[in-house]
Amino acid sequence: MEDIFGIPAPLLFGQLLLGLINGAFYAMMSLGLAVIFGLLNIINFTHGAQFMMGAFAAWMLLEWAGLNYWWALLLVPIIVGFTGVVLERLMISRLYKLDHLYGLLLTFGLGLIIEGVFRNQFGSSGLPYRIPPELQGAWDLGFMFLPIYRGWVVIAALILCLATWLLIEKTRLGAYLRAATENAPLVQAFGVNVPRMVTLTYGFGVALAAIGGVLAAPIYSVNPQMGTNLIIVVFAVVVIGGMGSILGSIITGFGLGIVEGLTKVFYPEASATVIFVIMAIVLLARPAGLFGRA
Amino acid sequence: MTPTRRSLLTATVGATLMPALPRLGRAQAANTIRIGVLNDQSGVYRDISGPYGIECTKQAVQEFGDKGFAVEVISADHQNKPDVGANIARQWYDQGVDLIIDVPTSSVGLAVNNVAREKNKAYINTGSATSDLTGAQCSPNTVHWMYDTYMLAKSTGGAMVKAGGDSWFFITADYAFGHALERDTTTFIRAAGGKVNGSVKYPFPATSDFSSFLLQAQASRAKVIGFANAGADTINSIKQAAEFGITRGGVKLAALLMFLPDVHAIGLRTAQGLVLTESFYWDLNDRTRAVSERLRPRLKDVKPNMASIANYSCTLHYLKAVADMGVAASKASGVDVVNRMKAMPCDDDAFGPGSIRADGRKLCPSYLFEVKSPAESKAPWDYYKLLQTTPAEEAFRPINEGGCSLVRS
Repeated sequence: MEDIFGIPAPLLFGQLLLGLINGAFYAMMSLGLAVIFGLLNIINFTHGAQFMMGAFAAWMLLEWAGLNYWWALLLVPIIVGFTGVVLERLMISRLYKLDHLYGLLLTFGLGLIIEGVFRNQFGSSGLPYRIPPELQGAWDLGFMFLPIYRGWVVIAALILCLATWLLIEKTRLGAYLRAATENAPLVQAFGVNVPRMVTLTYGFGVALAAIGGVLAAPIYSVNPQMGTNLIIVVFAVVVIGGMGSILGSIITGFGLGIVEGLTKVFYPEASATVIFVIMAIVLLARPAGLFGRA
Repeated sequence: MTPTRRSLLTATVGATLMPALPRLGRAQAANTIRIGVLNDQSGVYRDISGPYGIECTKQAVQEFGDKGFAVEVISADHQNKPDVGANIARQWYDQGVDLIIDVPTSSVGLAVNNVAREKNKAYINTGSATSDLTGAQCSPNTVHWMYDTYMLAKSTGGAMVKAGGDSWFFITADYAFGHALERDTTTFIRAAGGKVNGSVKYPFPATSDFSSFLLQAQASRAKVIGFANAGADTINSIKQAAEFGITRGGVKLAALLMFLPDVHAIGLRTAQGLVLTESFYWDLNDRTRAVSERLRPRLKDVKPNMASIANYSCTLHYLKAVADMGVAASKASGVDVVNRMKAMPCDDDAFGPGSIRADGRKLCPSYLFEVKSPAESKAPWDYYKLLQTTPAEEAFRPINEGGCSLVRS
């Protein structure tokens, strides 16, 4: 068997692929954050809790309403996105004129509360959610077994990321959104309802987190702290990619997933730390992030 | 006011220490015994004991009844952080708490061990697994209740090697507990003629994807993958092993520490056939069924497991010792009350008759269980089949092998 840096080649390929899969989650999550920060200037620390709500909503639809995974994929973003809209209208919209820190504190606190409520209700060890029958099984790639579901996650994430990027960079709606961040009063003067657009943007960002939660439900156990582990990493991803940069967060998400995957082979003890080391280096060399505009 | 970095920091530190403030309000009555249940109420180990452990403690107090002194139970969340746990313990002991129990997460368990000794108070650990609590770090103030890494390694590890699993790969949580469990299991594997092909230590508690480690384990061509972890980590490891078809090639999974709620969370479909060790199961015999039934109003539709019910068992024994030697004497010295507990035989419905050794080890039998298939399970929480019983005298590390300074050789 051929070795690369002392690691058997098949194992290394397997790890690269796994890194890509985890990167898909990072990309999807950081995309939502980047959209919200880029257009609302809010650092949405509730994102992890909203990801978790997505997974729980999928579980509830299955257990209580008998609706399967595919229905969940369709309905959960709408339901959880709607809770985001309500949250934005009732609370977050009151903070736009204040310093970033207030938004951060509010969303951070809300995240803790939501997580606590779910923990009280459902406990901490999690609930089982089965992989849908259509996506069960695995492909034998020669160097590893790739569960079909994980492959599906990568594809779904890529499609979502691409669609979001196209929506914001290439459509008229996206142009309005970008214009509104530059100069809201002027866009409003052209007859665009900016506050409503901002609210819907927040809802959209939350919906992205919720889809991430549905995709994650069959892989990780559906538990209240599932978002907490992810959110810190995802923030590092957003910072490395450049706050608010859509493309930056997508590329960085996938890239860091791979870096983390490789760390798990060469020095597993550091796999939780490596992303923050990279973040520190990037901040020193390019304070605006890899793809950010200074 | 715009919040500055400093004020933000102060607020964060304040929030971290909040649960440390005990609710001791009223004037300290000399005739009240205070028991502090210190455990994980918000993280990966919550469901193993957490709120259920507190309820089991209260049940023990209720069953003990009125013997001429009052008993008060307080609780706090140590968040699996040794510094938070040690701070709460120090504050509790200073403010008149006489006994701290539970304390899962070995790193926290060992930190509180030092505090109890420093303050000369009583400490019964039921939640941590590390065998160092009665070994190199043993203390005259400490009793370690219903399990440890040695007992798990001997029962589960020994049985796996005997069944032909003579080459192992460990996936280990990178902290005191994981290290101790890997070390103790390795000893048994080597003693039985097996070998260890390798191990990975993953960051705890920041890991939720284990697929990478599972593939490394598979590549090592070991016959058994040993999970030296617990709680939600074990659940994720086993689910993902099933997803990646790890067991397809005949590789066996050894969950070195698994509790009943973990099996409940994984579901029998995925968990069936797993072999694990506990020192309590609610459906073991008439006495365990009786105590589980008495606990039902408190635990609702959850069954007790060895960790939560150990709080019941140890509280009863402690209160018997207090009644025996008097409240004033037991408040005065943690060492004295622990010595009295060691001198008295234990007996309760959860663990049956037992005793506490000079090194602080509480002895009870260990049971090797196999998880039932969905077809075999007749009722909710009907999960285990008993494979093998190791008697109390053989279940734990021989007293002279642990390196405990309390043991005269």
